[in-house]
Amino acid sequence: MTQLALVIDLNVCVGCHACVTSCKEWNTSGEAGFLSDDNPYDRDPTGTFFNRVQTFEVGEFPDTQTVHFPKSCLHCEDPPCVPVCPTGASYKRAEDGIVLVDYDKCIGCKYCAWACPYGVREIDEHQKVMKKCTLCVDRIYDQNLPEAQRKPACVLACPTSARLYGDIHDSESVVSQAIRDSGGYALMPEWGTHPANHYLPRRKNEIRIHKDELERAANPLKIDGLLPKPGVKEPALDDVTSW
Amino acid sequence: MLLLTPHPSRFTAKLMNPAFSVIFLTTLIGVGQGLFLALYAAELGAAFGWIAVPHAQRFFAAGSALSLAFLAAGLLASFFHLGHPERAWRSAAMWRTSWLSREVIALPLFMAAVAAYGGAHYLGFGATLLLGSAGVLLCLALFICTAMIYACLKFLQEWATPLTVINYVLLGSASGFSFAAAFAASAASADHGLVRVLVYAAGMLTVSALCTRVASLRRNSRLKAKSSLQTAIGIKHPRIVQKAQGFMGGSFNTREFFHGKAPRVLLAVKWGFLALVFPVPLVLLLAGESLSSAVLLEAAFAIQFLGLIAERWYFFAQANHPQNLYYQAIS
Ligand code: SF4
Ligand code: SF4
Repeated sequence: MTQLALVIDLNVCVGCHACVTSCKEWNTSGEAGFLSDDNPYDRDPTGTFFNRVQTFEVGEFPDTQTVHFPKSCLHCEDPPCVPVCPTGASYKRAEDGIVLVDYDKCIGCKYCAWACPYGVREIDEHQKVMKKCTLCVDRIYDQNLPEAQRKPACVLACPTSARLYGDIHDSESVVSQAIRDSGGYALMPEWGTHPANHYLPRRKNEIRIHKDELERAANPLKIDGLLPKPGVKEPALDDVTSW
Repeated sequence: MLLLTPHPSRFTAKLMNPAFSVIFLTTLIGVGQGLFLALYAAELGAAFGWIAVPHAQRFFAAGSALSLAFLAAGLLASFFHLGHPERAWRSAAMWRTSWLSREVIALPLFMAAVAAYGGAHYLGFGATLLLGSAGVLLCLALFICTAMIYACLKFLQEWATPLTVINYVLLGSASGFSFAAAFAASAASADHGLVRVLVYAAGMLTVSALCTRVASLRRNSRLKAKSSLQTAIGIKHPRIVQKAQGFMGGSFNTREFFHGKAPRVLLAVKWGFLALVFPVPLVLLLAGESLSSAVLLEAAFAIQFLGLIAERWYFFAQANHPQNLYYQAIS
């Protein structure tokens, strides 16, 4: 079974909000309708977003770390938001594990938002239906896009590649490898929701040195085999000077 | 960055923002359910010959109509909670998994049972005890569905306890019996034997509800939150401070889950409901019974109902949602 997910590398995220804006741009322009805003250029701007980047300070001055923390629906493998929905508008797709809301069925009772411990569901104050990250379900399968672009908008936008995307049930996928190799973890494991999205912790930076960085392939000194070499039978310098 | 706008999370209150539609839904149907239970208990008592019911036919028919009115008012209030009330019919779909869906089914079924019960009395059909027993089962089912909507959310630790169910049953029944006592006093006379029985029953229910509600208050004051900022973002350091929640002007997450009331407001509401739901109506009930005063009984119900609105507000406001860990500071 497939479980698509994001893996977010907190070691790399610089908190630039590029994923927030590209998410909003993509998802407010789609067939499912816009994500409404109020007072966007005024006092108290507010609006519907699928993705937010928050910032935390860890430690005590001067020994602090600033951690930027992007947060969107984690597409839990055991999502508490789904069984509580009275209409079936909230559902989890069997084929790829994405948790979605059917905007045509949702009655806007907000019960699912109460049932999500992560605070990632937001009601659209004008359309009065519940909204949340769709993992760009309307782009990751789009055959009209070049293969490399069939990824969530946030993943493509991230300038530092802090966002990885793939199938966490496939042990060879980039996301599974990242979770395995870099200590990927889930949020609030105490509630048994088994979030599909994982986070990679802050860790010591490693320098990755590739072979061609140690030894330049085109180094002229390494092709000295091609330098002119006198044959064995040619007279040596001694021979010449002893004339 | 500067704190630009006043914001709920600047106050210490980091708890659910109670919705009045839901407060009215749960308190009003509680009265309707309790009233029906009182009617049925009176009919049972009369059938066993323990009490006499004056103008039985009128009493039961009018009582059922009043119970229906409370239930319908609650149902109406619930529609104000929905973003799309015109799609409300869809909410019966997921009864296999959702307590909300089950409530949506149980409420109209119970209303139909009350209507049938009252109708059977009005038209003088027999079998009212049988019809009523079906109503009692549906009534209990409805109590359980309503309470389980809250009790089943395990990470809302203040709600996730059997006490939630017990409180909904006892508080709803107590208010319904208080109403029934006042109704019986105005339908017959305040010194009727039936009124005395209903007053004592209402009093007993009120005292039991006091015990269980105080038990849940004590439990909640000792709760230790399972989630922390550490589990929320997965960093184990003991000192983590939020510096930005990702937006400046508030969002659904800050409006729905923060009530922004000062702690002293909460305290006032708590002591207010503890007084209005329990001791004041108890005194008024007993005084109304001994002085044969229908007005005092009516006051007892009115004050208890007012108190229950405060009680329900507090029930919601006291719940601390773990999502609030992510919304502590604007910037
Ligand atoms: S993160 Fe919240 S909304 Fe997303 S699947 Fe999990 S419980 Fe549901
Ligand atoms: S708000 Fe919509 S999606 Fe959420 S529980 Fe209610 S009907 Fe379901």
